[in-house]
Amino acid sequence: MPTKSGRTIAATKEKSLKSVFLRWEFLLILLFLIVNIMNASISKNYLNATNLFTAISTFLVKGFIAFPMAYILVLGDIDLSVGSTVALSATLLGVSYNAGLPMGAAVGIALLCGTLCGFLNGIILTKFTELAAMIVTLGTMTLYRGIAEMILGSQSTGGLQNVTWFYDLYYARLGTVPYIFIVFCVLAVAFGFILHKTTFGRYIYAIGNNRLAARYAGVPVQRVRLICFTLVGLICGISSIYYASWMGTVRYDIATGYELEAISMVVLGGISTAGGKGNFPGTVISIFTIGLLKYGLGLINVNSQTILMIIGAILIIVVTIPNLRFRKHTEKHALASSGTAQ
Amino acid sequence: MKKLIAIVLCLLMAFAAFACAQPAASTAPEAGGASEGAAAADAAQTYAVITKSAGNPYNEREAAGFEEAITEAGYAAIIKHPAEITAEAQITLINELVAQGVQGIAVAANDVDALETALKAAMDAGIKVVSLDSSVNVASRMTHINQAGVQQVAQALADAVLDLTGGEGDWAILSATSTASNQNAWIEAQKEIMKGDAYSGLNLVEVAYGDDEYQKSVDQTQALLQNYPDLKVICAPTTVGIAAASKVITDEGLQGKVIVTGLGLPSEMAEFMGEGNVACPYMFLWNPIDVGRVAAYALIEMVNGDLTGELGQSFVAANGTTYTVTEAGDGGTEIIIGPPFAFTAENIEEWKTVY
Repeated sequence: MPTKSGRTIAATKEKSLKSVFLRWEFLLILLFLIVNIMNASISKNYLNATNLFTAISTFLVKGFIAFPMAYILVLGDIDLSVGSTVALSATLLGVSYNAGLPMGAAVGIALLCGTLCGFLNGIILTKFTELAAMIVTLGTMTLYRGIAEMILGSQSTGGLQNVTWFYDLYYARLGTVPYIFIVFCVLAVAFGFILHKTTFGRYIYAIGNNRLAARYAGVPVQRVRLICFTLVGLICGISSIYYASWMGTVRYDIATGYELEAISMVVLGGISTAGGKGNFPGTVISIFTIGLLKYGLGLINVNSQTILMIIGAILIIVVTIPNLRFRKHTEKHALASSGTAQ
Repeated sequence: MKKLIAIVLCLLMAFAAFACAQPAASTAPEAGGASEGAAAADAAQTYAVITKSAGNPYNEREAAGFEEAITEAGYAAIIKHPAEITAEAQITLINELVAQGVQGIAVAANDVDALETALKAAMDAGIKVVSLDSSVNVASRMTHINQAGVQQVAQALADAVLDLTGGEGDWAILSATSTASNQNAWIEAQKEIMKGDAYSGLNLVEVAYGDDEYQKSVDQTQALLQNYPDLKVICAPTTVGIAAASKVITDEGLQGKVIVTGLGLPSEMAEFMGEGNVACPYMFLWNPIDVGRVAAYALIEMVNGDLTGELGQSFVAANGTTYTVTEAGDGGTEIIIGPPFAFTAENIEEWKTVY
């Protein structure tokens, strides 16, 4: 009897989760629409395409990081070192350019540096599987930024926008649409495709749901994790290039707090930090929801700290709603099943 | 049913965001509304100031001065604090202001170069841009509002030494590091001024360097007292040095015998100032409110007058003072507000809570 009822509950969990995610998407799109309608109605300046894309470009720089971060969270891991990886990669880019290297080489170094940072996280975590990702990446978070500080000290390294093509990376536009937006969309589709339509993506979900079971089922758990962490590093490298192109000057203390922003974008998108749950389109929608909400509130001159508070509150509310629904659902079902048993 | 709950919660959340947003949004027009019929003026001209960070009392005073001056002129003022002390957060704010189509932006920069593209875009959009307090590079601004020029600081300090020694005797300088560019500029200028006849009775015995470290500054002060028993004045043009020297003088009970002056923070110096026999009868620093006000005057003049921030221009501000655009150390131009502000026994109580 207990085994039977236990099995039924497990089965309904599966089903109700599915519906929760359907609802989640629905909620998120609703929130996105509300934010946009609200913004457009309180500020007449909101729907100006040029300015809107200027604002979008600024949050896309960190928005990139949410893509691989989504993979990491689905895996049930976390990566806190992304901001520091961006800082270190951008620092190396600036320093190597100012040391006389051609910009192309400097960009290559930034990509390589990012990838190596991610690879190092991955290697540590896959060689010593008992270590928690939060602790290891907390360590590398200070390590990478520390290296950047050793290289640059309190100086900044600039002049990067003197190279026209590098300046254009961030600022060039196709009509009113910035290229960074197009790159972002292409990457979003690629990441979404890999997660939902390939074996590799299914491995990620399998590992996130139950790492041990996945291993026994023949999923190359550690290799998948290593690839995902390295991927985070690579994307951080790309983000650092856009950052450098955007700012034209780099300091060691740039990109602070990117880790939390990327994680909150992913979590608002419906991916649980517990792993194995959520899907990718939600992340993309939430990147825009958070970014445009911030922009809209900024346009009506809401205090920056208040904006952060509002985003925090929304995050908590949105994450809570499906849980409330889920609890009610299971309660009702438990009641119904106990009713049939008697 | 559940769908309904979800929708209701969602709407609630949006309203919460609205509710939070509304009062903050209305502060700017309200501020502008201090003068009657400001609604029309609000729509006509809006000026914004971007601080380095929230919770920086010095910056907040600057912003308050800016807002006062703008409001007095009948326009709307926006004060923006970045979410973090970074250029990145300031760029976001600049973009927002450009999108709103404000007339002028004053910014206390977190990075001298990083705001360039954003501020250039603002200027391309016809917005007047000045920096205050902490400057942006020459290409990113029309002019810079500087607290006080090197000459004016040096003159104020030289006069203070002359006054406090009574015209003759030994005095010493307690500086920060021997490489600090602003310190050296002030000290050199002060030495130059004091070659004049009025200062001929004064004898500069030593320039000591406390490296802007409190303990080292204390040690250097004690060494000065030891080596020069006839020392009358210690002039410390650094906030760390002046506080350390005052502490030593107070601890050793030498108030009135050796007098401390220089550049100091009122909040740190209040305990050594005030009525009676104190270590420091008066000292100097900038008045942040004036910095904000002059930034506002300059922007208003740029929008409504002929001021472009070119070298040699001058304008009469609403407070009746004439300000002149002079050459800045970085090759651009700046407007110097005037002599540094004197903190005395009378006003220290009021200022110590400010910064």
